[in-house]
Amino acid sequence: MTLTAVAWTVAGWLVVVGALGIVRSRNLVQTVVALSVAQSGTYVLLIAAGFQRGATVPILGAGGAGSTPVVDPLVQALVLTDIVVSATVTALLLALTVQIAKRHGTVDPDELRALRG
Amino acid sequence: MIVLLTLALLATGVAGTVVALTADPQRQAVTLSVYGLLLGTVFVLAAAPDVALSQLTVGTALVPLLVLLTVRTVRRRSGGSR
Amino acid sequence: MSRRARLVLFGLGAVGLAVLWVVATGGLPPVGTDVHPYRDAAVAAAAAHATANVVASINFDQRAVDTLGEETILLASVVAVTTLLRPADDERVEPPDPPPAVLPATRVAGWALLPVTLLVGADVVLHGHLTPGGGFQGGVVLATALHLLYLAGSFPALQWVRPTRWAPLVEPAGSGLFVVTGLVGLAAGAGFAANILPTGVLGAPLSSGTVLVLNVVAGIGVGASIVTLLGQFLRQEVVIGPEAAS
Repeated sequence: MTLTAVAWTVAGWLVVVGALGIVRSRNLVQTVVALSVAQSGTYVLLIAAGFQRGATVPILGAGGAGSTPVVDPLVQALVLTDIVVSATVTALLLALTVQIAKRHGTVDPDELRALRG
Repeated sequence: MIVLLTLALLATGVAGTVVALTADPQRQAVTLSVYGLLLGTVFVLAAAPDVALSQLTVGTALVPLLVLLTVRTVRRRSGGSR
Repeated sequence: MSRRARLVLFGLGAVGLAVLWVVATGGLPPVGTDVHPYRDAAVAAAAAHATANVVASINFDQRAVDTLGEETILLASVVAVTTLLRPADDERVEPPDPPPAVLPATRVAGWALLPVTLLVGADVVLHGHLTPGGGFQGGVVLATALHLLYLAGSFPALQWVRPTRWAPLVEPAGSGLFVVTGLVGLAAGAGFAANILPTGVLGAPLSSGTVLVLNVVAGIGVGASIVTLLGQFLRQEVVIGPEAAS
């Protein structure tokens, strides 16, 4: 198996299996965790797209740019901020779950038939 | 390096499957932590130390902790009213 | 919709996505190729502003406006969590239970690691323009460092040390300073969040101009928001209980 095939397959697989976790979940906490797995598929996709064989980390030595090739820093910047921001969004979803547990006494999505005030 | 990266990617795929399909959220917090560690390894091997640092602090420590706290609060709430 | 129907529908969608995925990724260049036009542009721009860590240069110099957007998402989430988890009318805030017995070794380790972790977090923030790290990662390290006290079994000490009262005020201050730094660039006539400070020598501790400033500002903002978030969830679990009904 080549690196290319593995990287694209794993990235796509994580998105699909995360979605499957959401569909199958019996507990809203599990739904939130599965969503974060689906989201991390995009990290794998982006980091793989920026990878270069034999290239070093995107940190310039004292000599400046040009001596050795570096991997693509743009995708890393995108993924880096998204990891932290997605954690706070996960926290928001978990806070909603806590509220649902308080209001309805259950966190099983199948038991939450109608919206109640 | 390439072989290691390929293996780490495959392990991440397997771990992600385990996390998404674990039914018990309390166990999910643990598997999510392991998954975060593997994802961090992928980033290190792909020459992305910045991202790995971000993933290790957030994905391995912070999010599983939030999940565990939520599970405990939810269990207390929904257990009490039924 | 029954669970079975839902799974069948999901299966159809997944098969469709798989086909599209194979078609789409088949047209992409292979992983590991040496053609990265964005890389070439970003590295040149980072070197021009004497920022050793190209990732930090992108986040806080080349696309600082986008990072301001991410800071805003952070702020919005923290506000929403704080609103959702505030004690409701039918809840009461209990004094925390006496902390459970913790092994003395755990307690010593918790207290001993606190200054070390705080130092590491500050180092990660302050050297974000030179080495891997920066405001986003360092902020999280700083925030989790304070919660070692909880691990050490001292929730009262945590409440005392952890700036719960002012953390919610520091978070918007971090975002606000980000905007101010951006506006200074605008006022100087160089454009919003332009790197107007002297950039210094590549690799020097004081180099990279506004990247260092924005790293510190983002570290404050991220650290305060994580402290607030964890504080809200901990309070929910430790001191808020349903009223006498329980």
